[in-house]
Amino acid sequence: METTSEVARTQDAGTSAVQVKTGEEVRTLMPLVDIFEDSEGITVEADLPGVAKDRLNVQADRHRLIIEGDVVIDMPEGMEAQYADVQATRYARSFALSGELDAERTEASLKDGVLTVHIPKRSEFCPRKIEVRVS
Amino acid sequence: MLGSWMSSFDKSIFDDFAPFEEEMDRMFDTLNRTTGIRAVRRGSFPQVNIGASPERVDVYLFGAGLDPKTVDISIEKSLLAVSGSREVPTREGGAYYRRERFGGDFRRVVSLPEDVDPEHADANYRDGVLHITVPRRESVRPRQIEVR
Repeated sequence: METTSEVARTQDAGTSAVQVKTGEEVRTLMPLVDIFEDSEGITVEADLPGVAKDRLNVQADRHRLIIEGDVVIDMPEGMEAQYADVQATRYARSFALSGELDAERTEASLKDGVLTVHIPKRSEFCPRKIEVRVS
Repeated sequence: MLGSWMSSFDKSIFDDFAPFEEEMDRMFDTLNRTTGIRAVRRGSFPQVNIGASPERVDVYLFGAGLDPKTVDISIEKSLLAVSGSREVPTREGGAYYRRERFGGDFRRVVSLPEDVDPEHADANYRDGVLHITVPRRESVRPRQIEVR
């Protein structure tokens, strides 16, 4: 677990693939997501338990949404793992985006380990409500 | 062929996890192995890690989006039970492509070592992780014996 997070931290979390392999394999966790679309845009909700705001990295460009985060949990000294469902300390997942989404206006919030990302559609793709004026 | 491109994309993601899952199943779960009567399927919500040191047992439940006030934690003898419910409200006026996140009631039971002291257990919830600490009784801790 230790080495995994070390390797992960030294990598540049840039625009390249999320699953980076540098000799040593980095084991990542796939966060579970809900993805919802309405006329305004797309909302992604991801479970990232153990990730604090300062260890979270959300990137969106024209082509891709990248979600990455490091798990930091408080562990006493001399602790030995007895059982572990969670066997890595880094979450990573990415999604390909399409052109009608306006990644520059992406908004993200994190609460109790739940990340919510909203990517609005470009205004020309939003259904426009036309007001009827009464003369 | 958008369809096949999509499926190969998904597959490449899961391929990275498949060996890991298999390894886990082999080690802990279904294949030719007796499982605990209260054991849940690996990966069930919330995922659990357990650590032990001579002083205490630490149980971590990876439960994002819980309201800690609605989580019930009880220890009877050496069985720790955590139950509660996670609300995942359904959004209206659109459509879901993926609904992978768990919503609803859960219950996980963890068997602790015999020597725990439930009276002094403590729990806190931060960043979606419920961390329960249960101290072990003084008498059974390994004691350093000084040679005079």
